[in-house]
Amino acid sequence: MEKRIKHALRLSAAALGVACLSGAASAADGWSYKDIADALHSVMESDRTVYTRLIVNRLQNQEKVIKASEHWKDDKALVLPAQMFRYGAEMVAEKGAKFSYSLISEWPVNKQNAAKTEVESAGLKAIAETKAPYYTEETLGGQKYFTAVYPDKAVAKACISCHNAHKDSPRDDFKMGEVMGGVVLRLPM
Amino acid sequence: MRPKTNLRWWGLWLAMSLALAATVYAAIDSIDNPRPGAVDLLLRSWLLPGETSHGHYQIELACNGCHSGAFPSRDDVQAKCESCHAKDLKAADDSHPRAKFTDPRNAERAALLDATYCVTCHVEHKPDITLRAGLTLPRDYCVICHKDIAEERPSHDGMAFTTCTDAGCHNYHDNTALYEDFLVKHAGVGRLQADPQVRARDLRAVIEELGDYPFETYPPAPLAADAADAGSALPADAAIHAEWAASSHAAAGVNCSACHVPVVQQGALATAQWIARPDHRACTQCHGPEVEGFLAGLHGMRLKSGLPAMTPAEARRPMKADRRHDALGCTSCHGSHRFDARQAAVDACVSCHADAHTRAYFDSPHARTVAAAARGEIAPEAAVTCATCHLPRLAHDTPDYVRRTLVSHAQGANLNPPIKMARQVCLDCHGLGFAIDALADAPLRAANFPAAPRVHVPSIDMAVAREHAARAEDE
Repeated sequence: MEKRIKHALRLSAAALGVACLSGAASAADGWSYKDIADALHSVMESDRTVYTRLIVNRLQNQEKVIKASEHWKDDKALVLPAQMFRYGAEMVAEKGAKFSYSLISEWPVNKQNAAKTEVESAGLKAIAETKAPYYTEETLGGQKYFTAVYPDKAVAKACISCHNAHKDSPRDDFKMGEVMGGVVLRLPM
Repeated sequence: MRPKTNLRWWGLWLAMSLALAATVYAAIDSIDNPRPGAVDLLLRSWLLPGETSHGHYQIELACNGCHSGAFPSRDDVQAKCESCHAKDLKAADDSHPRAKFTDPRNAERAALLDATYCVTCHVEHKPDITLRAGLTLPRDYCVICHKDIAEERPSHDGMAFTTCTDAGCHNYHDNTALYEDFLVKHAGVGRLQADPQVRARDLRAVIEELGDYPFETYPPAPLAADAADAGSALPADAAIHAEWAASSHAAAGVNCSACHVPVVQQGALATAQWIARPDHRACTQCHGPEVEGFLAGLHGMRLKSGLPAMTPAEARRPMKADRRHDALGCTSCHGSHRFDARQAAVDACVSCHADAHTRAYFDSPHARTVAAAARGEIAPEAAVTCATCHLPRLAHDTPDYVRRTLVSHAQGANLNPPIKMARQVCLDCHGLGFAIDALADAPLRAANFPAAPRVHVPSIDMAVAREHAARAEDE
């Protein structure tokens, strides 16, 4: 177990280190933009899955000792997994990191999280069909990006119960394992 | 004929040019003086390119407070904005944080409205275009990103974009009292809550839990008048001793030296340097968050900026003549030995403030609660003084993880836009709908709320209707 944790930590550290080196390092030591994006996403996805399963799903849905709520401060509740992910993305942006990521969907609760660029629209459609990541390049605000869109699947009952019940959700029939949206990750080229 | 050159005029021109250049140089040079004198302030005033907004006018002569030098970059200015305002924006869960606009997916919007900088919407020194809350954009700026709102919210169809930020609907930054579920949760309460009162003050009760409280030097046990430890170090008459002995300081074991001797010397009073007139720095020892609020608010912001203390004479609001030149510090409102919080809650305010809202207080329903509390008919926490609304009692978490009541001394923080007061203050006693309506009624605010609001903001009705529709759809 300890070995596994150490291995995970090493992987995370490597991913973060690579993130700092960004595109410049990609050619030098054989890491492609895709490799960097995949590494970053694996950390994001794992952290959020751990939070969703071990914290939110366990304490809210299984043990029923505390609720998770969109208004977690006012409701004295747990932060929703999607919020935990967004707050992380905001903190990364505040630190001035060179890359950015966000969670988007064809069926967003907050309409600001619908696809905004052509690549986002195409990416969401592609991942819903193939359930596999979608990679491409795009130019936004005069800057060229390597953009990856990863399928975001329902990994716990907490995901679908919340999205199916929310009054702002366009869908109420999500099922476990289904692609609910996508993580869009951009590396400046 | 050759034109005649008048050397005297050229000499005068040269002298005047040199004098002007020297003055401009001296003014720019004075900007870096951290403790400016009268000459520095006069020179700086000549550099002001225009009148500043209500929020900044007191510190407009602390140029470096915003500009960080004579020719700052946009990022330098942004860092200065954030040094004062970032904490409040974070606490208010800013609905439009900077990170939203640095995300490349919003590049198109950021190109239309670069909201990564405060100065995009809040330009200073532009009185002609400055609106409420220091906004210098046309009031319909929401349209830039939310022009399709009626598609998502059909109830908003036909609403003018100039009305988005009307009280009770939306704010750009702070929507903690206006988000939809909050409106629904607080619907249905009328004028008053079931138990209308504010938090009780509780510093005395949590002293032992506070790591930075000097309870070993000044154990919280009552002190009698003859226990005063100043001896002959300070000139003090019997009246001063009597005032102190009757104060909550004496009741809590706070002796003369606690305020009159610097913290580092409090263990050796015989050799200590006694201070005749301690300032806010002495109060910080036990009342740190209160002083921090004072320095962030309209009463203390000049001190924080290194300028001479604010005086009523320099205020833009109407003030009484007899205290025009009193420099504002903690003792301006609290007195120097009585430290009577009740006196500070109304009497101190009206000793300076002379605007219509202040004058109307004494005939208001709020003032009647103070009389009722004095007669013992209602709890002291149900009495509404000036301080109840303008220096609200908030739940404050200390670095020691103690939650205590903090009387927030940043008294301008909940004023602009007025709806900020709804959640922080009004909701303690009133229903949210009543508070939203009252705060949206500008003449009622000016008259200090003598009657029920005459306007109705339909935000709660709309949120409830939408909730009902969603539930009906589920069933």
